[in-house]
Amino acid sequence: MNNFQYSRASDVADAIRLLAADPGAKLIAGGTNLIDLMKENVERPSRLIDISRLPLREVEETPDGGLRIGALVPNSDLAYHPLIEQRYPLLASAILAGASAQLRNMASVGGNLMQRTRCSYFYDTTTPCNKRSPGTGCSAMDGLNRNHAILGTSNSCIATNPSDMSVALAALGALVHIAGPSGLRTIALTDFHRLPEDKPHLDTNLGSGEIITAIELPPHGFARNYSYLKIRDRLSYAFALVSVAAALELEGNAIGEARLALGGVAHKPWRSLGAEAALRGQAATPDHFGRAADLLLQGATARSHNGFKIELARRAVVRTLMQATSATPQSQAHKKIA
Amino acid sequence: MADMTIPERIPINLVVNGERRALEVVPWTTLLDALRDRLELTGTKKGCDHGQCGACTVLIDGRRVNSCLTLAVMKDGAEITTIEGLAGDGALHPLQQAFIDHDAFQCGYCTPGQICSAAGLVAEGRARDADEIRELMSGNLCRCGAYPNIVAAIEQAMSRS
Repeated sequence: MNNFQYSRASDVADAIRLLAADPGAKLIAGGTNLIDLMKENVERPSRLIDISRLPLREVEETPDGGLRIGALVPNSDLAYHPLIEQRYPLLASAILAGASAQLRNMASVGGNLMQRTRCSYFYDTTTPCNKRSPGTGCSAMDGLNRNHAILGTSNSCIATNPSDMSVALAALGALVHIAGPSGLRTIALTDFHRLPEDKPHLDTNLGSGEIITAIELPPHGFARNYSYLKIRDRLSYAFALVSVAAALELEGNAIGEARLALGGVAHKPWRSLGAEAALRGQAATPDHFGRAADLLLQGATARSHNGFKIELARRAVVRTLMQATSATPQSQAHKKIA
Repeated sequence: MADMTIPERIPINLVVNGERRALEVVPWTTLLDALRDRLELTGTKKGCDHGQCGACTVLIDGRRVNSCLTLAVMKDGAEITTIEGLAGDGALHPLQQAFIDHDAFQCGYCTPGQICSAAGLVAEGRARDADEIRELMSGNLCRCGAYPNIVAAIEQAMSRS
């Protein structure tokens, strides 16, 4: 780990001021990803600005019936919050599918959105990586790319976003509240992370001087018909090969509203409004789910080792939608896939 | 480029196993290194040093965390409990006794982290059966493969707590 200066922010404005004063500075909250990356010399901040003591730990009801979640709420506290368990169990399930109990106790909601890819070449400073060192090339493209993206890739980068929480937030239509030098702004979670294009070193649309202050959930939580299914190489504490967040509004067996997002397959949570629209008004059957999966996976391309992900994702989408339909969501503790 | 000038050491106070400890640390000192190298509490183990194995698990203000991914300077004022602080006067912690009763280790290197993690698990109150214990203990690896006995030990401690 490199030597760095340490500052403790007294409030959000102070954090923004400290960021502006030192272009090499980074914010730190839980630190679970950043400290790890610093130990690997992937991140070498000149200064860490400790925001962990800022008063951004509330989970509050919004006037429209949604929830506003402070950026510093620990992942575990959010997953086990009574209002999340009751109204947004898809989000609770996705959070509990990720990391370990210790890491969930440490990691903040804002930090979860900011975590970086686990592409092994990004971590290995002896190899070229456009995300770590822009312009050096992509080692994964013709390397070991079994875990890599099949959707939204570019010639520069095929890394995936590793977050489970973000997949559920994308499906639920969450908003991200941001503060910066020019004031406050709010963007959709699905616009927060970006595709790699020719700038894979930029994971998100957060400006370098900005700070996430809160996540907002809209009122509709899809608490009855939902499931989060994560497929991975070991049954716990591993990143997704493919994960699916599915939520349905059912009238009898007819689909009203449908939400669908994929994790582990792209540089951002992958959601397709077209796939969701195709489900609306249809019967909740495996055939219709398969058609929605095909729409969601339209344009998927494989490299040498990750071709299996396309069919795996298709089957996982169908299975997750069936779990949602029968109101038997995937248990994150009891591993049998119903 | 990172500024390579060495910052001053920063004074912090920790309450470690009930005892107030004042020390000065450079900002990049992890809590794990502070405990082992500065406070000579070597019960907490350094395994992977990347948050993947759980050997470094301690309780901060009662919550289990990976001390290898925690900067000591950020925990100024916190209460830390390590494996050395679990036993009462002359009596093992119920989890320590349960690990002995069930032979829940072989080489023992992961054991302090397993027991601290299990103490956090019991306090959280979220595990109700063996599957949930396994899931919520998945952040603690045991390369000797003592998992069945670890689960049995935790079940014993939970049933008696």
